[in-house]
Amino acid sequence: MVKEAAAPSTEQASSTVDRTLSAVGNIAVKCPKCREILYGRDLEKNQKVCPRCSHHFKLNARERIELLVDEGSFVELDADLIPVDPLHFVVSPPNQAKSLDYASKLVEERKKTGQNEAVISGRATLDGKPFALAVMDFFFMGGSMGSVVGEKITRAIELAIEHRMPMLIVSTSGGARMQEGIFALMQMAKISAALAKLGELGLPYFSLLTDPTTGGVSASFAFQGDVILAEPGALICFTGPRVIEGFMHIKVPENTINSDFALQHGMIDAVVHRRELRQTLSRLLHMYPTSK
Amino acid sequence: MAYDLEFEKPLAELEKKINALQRKGDRLKPDEQTQLRALENELRTRTEEIYKNLTAWQTVQVARHKDRPYSLDYIKFMCEDFFELHGDRSYADDHAIVAGPATLDGQTVMLICHQKGRDMKDKQFRNLGMPHPEGYRKAQRMMRQAEKFGMPIITLIDTSGASVALPDEERGQSEAIASSLYLMSRLQVPIIATVIGEGNSGGALGISIADRILMMEYSYYTVAAPEAAADILKFGGAHAALAAEGQRIRAKDALEFHIADELIPEPLGGAHRNYRQAAEAFKAVLTRHLAELKQLPVEELLEKRYQKFRNMGHFGRETTTETSQIQV
Repeated sequence: MVKEAAAPSTEQASSTVDRTLSAVGNIAVKCPKCREILYGRDLEKNQKVCPRCSHHFKLNARERIELLVDEGSFVELDADLIPVDPLHFVVSPPNQAKSLDYASKLVEERKKTGQNEAVISGRATLDGKPFALAVMDFFFMGGSMGSVVGEKITRAIELAIEHRMPMLIVSTSGGARMQEGIFALMQMAKISAALAKLGELGLPYFSLLTDPTTGGVSASFAFQGDVILAEPGALICFTGPRVIEGFMHIKVPENTINSDFALQHGMIDAVVHRRELRQTLSRLLHMYPTSK
Repeated sequence: MAYDLEFEKPLAELEKKINALQRKGDRLKPDEQTQLRALENELRTRTEEIYKNLTAWQTVQVARHKDRPYSLDYIKFMCEDFFELHGDRSYADDHAIVAGPATLDGQTVMLICHQKGRDMKDKQFRNLGMPHPEGYRKAQRMMRQAEKFGMPIITLIDTSGASVALPDEERGQSEAIASSLYLMSRLQVPIIATVIGEGNSGGALGISIADRILMMEYSYYTVAAPEAAADILKFGGAHAALAAEGQRIRAKDALEFHIADELIPEPLGGAHRNYRQAAEAFKAVLTRHLAELKQLPVEELLEKRYQKFRNMGHFGRETTTETSQIQV
């Protein structure tokens, strides 16, 4: 039985920490990796990387964009696209206190995050070089991919095609969004087709994998990059460790299926520390030609 | 073939009575003969009724029926010739995917199919119909070959999903599926994908980017196997049926959603009750779509394929009333 990766329990814990971090700069947080107690503002200054063990805390999409583009250059597109509930998805499992209802979940998530969806897209420049970009946000429903995520990313790729620009996608996702059923699955196809068109025109696509990149996202655009980069320590897999354990009846040691694992097995091009990310992207954007 | 699924209990009882009468053969009294005919009629009507209204979970049970025809069964009944090609030329031969050139109605096509195993040994050999990365890479090799020789591609979908063991991660399951999606979306030959049984998640999608998506009447197509979906939604695989209902995974739902282009009617009580009839119906629909697609110039074919997937999804706009659904 295929089980697409769901965030493992440790993931849950660290995401709570990250969320707190974004809200309050002064709070003390414990690094989930080395257990060092850190001050929020110190962490902010260090691009949310633990100064002691280099654990990369999750960034939300806005923070990520700020990190990677020329100041003031980002023009957001399709910010008004909002998710709907195409299946009228409601299930009432007997073992749950209340029924799971997608429509109310969406209201809740939009209120909680202040975002309309799990991706922000648009165009920007980096060291003067224009490119189109789509940046996923794990804090909106675990970065899961539904119709809006698929549509916004596809439109960003089509923008890159129209203006002959390179494309950057930053992935962070638990996979396809279950509540949108088959429509969620088809977003994998839709984005892949747009990227294939981009590729035919000789336009480069850079894919950056951040923690976590799993399931339907990893099995589509995340792994279609001409250059695939990953942040250190990111969980990168088709199937999460918890599911592999259930299936194989073995223990998968913690932090096995990560960026280093992917690099070692020849699946990605480089693992890049967050402080070198901007420069790396700039070098690639300037090296790869956009006209055949 | 006995009715053996749980929701078929009323049918099984009728069948039992019929069998008892039939066993008497020539010794049937005239009133018993009338009774037999009445029972047979009732069985037919009840079967039609039940199968017309299958729930999502009942559909899953039919699609997973132990006697359901698998890809090689359809190939046997549909194709004049088939020569299986093996291996991805880089690591291994995956037995969960069967592929090679075949003659269908006098023309050569490239077949790429999921294949499940019937008995324990066979199931193991086929890895329960769950392809490894090398399965998708074999599929890609055949796709390129089909493009090279201008053969249309016919894929048969029947998998509980792509294999999820640690070695699959080591060999890049994500990359393997991702590359298939990328490749298929621009292949310059017609592609027809048909879900014949289980269409689960990326494992199914990996050979399903096509100009036409057909589905057998009692097959299903979904984002993740119902057990997995229930797990991901954190209410547990034991309540998989609820996930199946909530996600509306039946072929007829996919047709309503404009994901599937056409449903292929199955024999009364499911394809497993009459392989030949199921295969004949399948072949008729398949060859009709193939003839249509072969008329299209390549550019038009590719643009239509692009638009087909481009238009899948539902969303709204913040400025309008948020309840309105716009299909793009």
